[in-house]
Amino acid sequence: MKLTLHVWRQKNAQDPGRMVRYEVPGVNEHMSFLEMLDVLNESLIEKGDDPVAFDHDCREGICGMCGFMINGKAHGGFQGSTVCQLHMRHFKDGDELYLEPWRAAAFPVVKDLVVNRSSFDRIIAAGGFISVPTGSPPDGNAIPVQKQDADLAMDAAACIGCGACVAACPNAAAALFVSAKISHLAHLPQGQAERNRRALAMVRQMNREGFANCTNIGECEAACPKQIKLEVIAQANADYIKAAFTERQETVVGGVG
Amino acid sequence: MELISNAPSGPIEKSWETHKFGLKLVNPANKRKHTIIMVGTGLAGGSAAASLGELGYNVDCFCFQDSPRRAHSIAAQGGINAAKNYHNDGDSVYRLFYDTVKGGDFRSREANVYRLAQVSVNIIDQCVAQGVPFAREYGGLLDNRSFGGAQVSRTFYARGQTGQQLLLGAYQALERQVGLGSVKMHPRTEMLDLIVIDGHARGIVTRSLIDGKVSVHFGDAVVLATGGYGNVYYLSTNAKGSNATAIWRAYRRGALFANPCYTQIHPTCIPVSGDYQSKLTLMSESLRNDGRIWVPKKPGDKRNPASIPEDERDYYLERRYPAFGNLVPRDIASRAAKAECDSGHGVGETGLGVYLDFSDALKRLGASKIAERYGNLFEMYERITGEDPYQVPMRIYPAIHYTMGGLWVDYNLMSTIPGLFVLGEANFSDHGANRLGASALMQGLADGYFVIPYTLGNYLANTKHERYSEDAPAAKEVVANVNAITKKLLNASGKRTVDSYHRELGKIVWEYCGMSRNAAGLKKAAGMIAGLRDDYWRNVRVLGSNEEFNQSLEKAGRVADFLELSELMCVDALHRNESCGGHFREEYQTPDGEALRDDANYSYVAAWEFKGAGQPAALNKEPLVFNYVKPSQRSYK
Repeated sequence: MKLTLHVWRQKNAQDPGRMVRYEVPGVNEHMSFLEMLDVLNESLIEKGDDPVAFDHDCREGICGMCGFMINGKAHGGFQGSTVCQLHMRHFKDGDELYLEPWRAAAFPVVKDLVVNRSSFDRIIAAGGFISVPTGSPPDGNAIPVQKQDADLAMDAAACIGCGACVAACPNAAAALFVSAKISHLAHLPQGQAERNRRALAMVRQMNREGFANCTNIGECEAACPKQIKLEVIAQANADYIKAAFTERQETVVGGVG
Repeated sequence: MELISNAPSGPIEKSWETHKFGLKLVNPANKRKHTIIMVGTGLAGGSAAASLGELGYNVDCFCFQDSPRRAHSIAAQGGINAAKNYHNDGDSVYRLFYDTVKGGDFRSREANVYRLAQVSVNIIDQCVAQGVPFAREYGGLLDNRSFGGAQVSRTFYARGQTGQQLLLGAYQALERQVGLGSVKMHPRTEMLDLIVIDGHARGIVTRSLIDGKVSVHFGDAVVLATGGYGNVYYLSTNAKGSNATAIWRAYRRGALFANPCYTQIHPTCIPVSGDYQSKLTLMSESLRNDGRIWVPKKPGDKRNPASIPEDERDYYLERRYPAFGNLVPRDIASRAAKAECDSGHGVGETGLGVYLDFSDALKRLGASKIAERYGNLFEMYERITGEDPYQVPMRIYPAIHYTMGGLWVDYNLMSTIPGLFVLGEANFSDHGANRLGASALMQGLADGYFVIPYTLGNYLANTKHERYSEDAPAAKEVVANVNAITKKLLNASGKRTVDSYHRELGKIVWEYCGMSRNAAGLKKAAGMIAGLRDDYWRNVRVLGSNEEFNQSLEKAGRVADFLELSELMCVDALHRNESCGGHFREEYQTPDGEALRDDANYSYVAAWEFKGAGQPAALNKEPLVFNYVKPSQRSYK
């Protein structure tokens, strides 16, 4: 089949960028979407044109490196799929596709379809963990975890940090990403000690990074390649509100002697 | 060069304990004066960077991805082994040790493997405490499964995403240290060379993948945890960015490269569908617990699998290996699949595939049980092939998956360059000639959480450290070398793309140094690779400049290194006149086609030493001694 692509080309963060049209003939239905772009890039290099930059690594839907908008939908809008797992059999001869990078103030464009998602790392660094230095934790079976809790924790922990939720959100909010981590750790007994602190720290860092507020539109859930549920946001909100009301300054004196 | 393993003598049960006590410590107040350079943020690098940061060292941590959370450890599906014996089925540290030495076909260092089995139990505890959501039973305790040919249930798992969850645990511990200021992360930054001063590793030279800036980073020790070199084959289950550049350039600076020919082919991958194919997708080996592997008895039988009656199917693994059946180790399952395809029994359009059939399991257990166990894998298979494995058997074929070879390290995980440590898949140490399933995650985390925090301190405490400036002649020379390579690649201004060379190289290595090898083929391949390499430097086309985000340039440097490493793989495979584990030499097999080792002559680690560009590498040997597990012919019949 033959496709027409309109691809966002932007040399670097300073360049204003523009859409450029490409014809891609000879597309095979078994190709993945990224393999189709590989074919385009090989032909561009042969012609002496700069190939299209796009992020990718594992190409099996787990590393979270890839992702861009296809016709306005994150990862192409196919349920539970990253763009690397999307195969060309979902398209037909003559299709015209518009490829654009994630659009969000907190994800500045690096080049073409590549964006900088370091803001996600900084949110995790602010509190998305359990403080347990390497050493002698209790035996793995010392604290039983209800199977249902373990499963719900795993559902939330499946997030790959790709940023599709932000790109799909009309507000460019990071609520699904942040809440998935809060929910994952809140479902486990190990996560309780820092539960309040974590919710406060992660939400505050999210706000500092320039992500806007969640208004419960739900586009994120539809776009999430790992099908993280909107309910994690409800849980994280509850944790955040509780933590905000009970927050008090850390005490530094007392017990002297 | 004499290779001193520093493996302790005495009873193996006590050796790590005794060794640890003999290691010097660094005073807590002095730890913050040391800077450690950590390259790679997978299970080994991420866990090491976090643990070293917790101890109080300053860690400069590098990864080429945009975030440390994306390292390829994330893609491991099946699980992680630990000798917990939670299931009362006879597991023990000794049995895990025994299985790993035997599974490695008696080509690994006993003391290292024993330590690995010992610390495996601590890994699980650590990960649980971090919040890794391992699978649980209804009673709330951890669930286990048997995996990859083991006869005990010692594999812990988190659905089909164990690697992801373990890596996120290490990543979160790492980010916690970033937040606390002990670790500085340098994402989208690639190590391009090693700085060696007075015989010690003192730093690295990196290139920013965003703007091409070349920088010098000094440290009191350099730790490489940069993964394996499976992408030498172009098509592999590795991530596209996985590369050997860090370890290869360290090799060129004097670190010995051990057993490069030990590569692992994974038996259950989705077959290649066309020339445009960019990578291969693994289907977890756990599928072999319930799926049955077969091919039509009649060569070239192109009938729909459903219409091939039972008595015209050959369940060749069950036939040849009645004791282990479909669960034989990876090397054996892979070679058997290749043999069936070579003799014309392969299935699918290309004839390079065998069936993995769940119809019996579906009848026995029902679709919902199968979905619970393998749902995400079935879905992934359908997404890629367009076929529904609940209805038609999967088609699978072996693909390169892991490399057991890597930089030579002693018991302290230090390479032959003092101050250069190597962890995880990047080193050669624990898996011998073949790695067992669910052991890669175990090794990466063992090295990072529980070995390097001890052994690194000993090196630091025993070494004099100096401060260097970027004007040091050794640093300037390394920077000049990095710039020269970049310039040469950009100036070649030839006709062929980097990928076209990489694809051609991959075909050569797969054909002649893949699942089975022979002397004539290996000689031929070495010549072809040398020719391709010459052509590469004259005729490759890399557009753009260094001072920008340039993915072709990144790839070009990596492929240049693969073009050298692949030749060393052939040299190593040619010199090893025996078959062992993943290294199968057609000339050396038993009458029924099994690998035939030669312990009298080849019971050693082959560690290759760089002797200059264009010069043959020199062979150094570390003899292997087996005091506990006596070498025997591996038999899974």
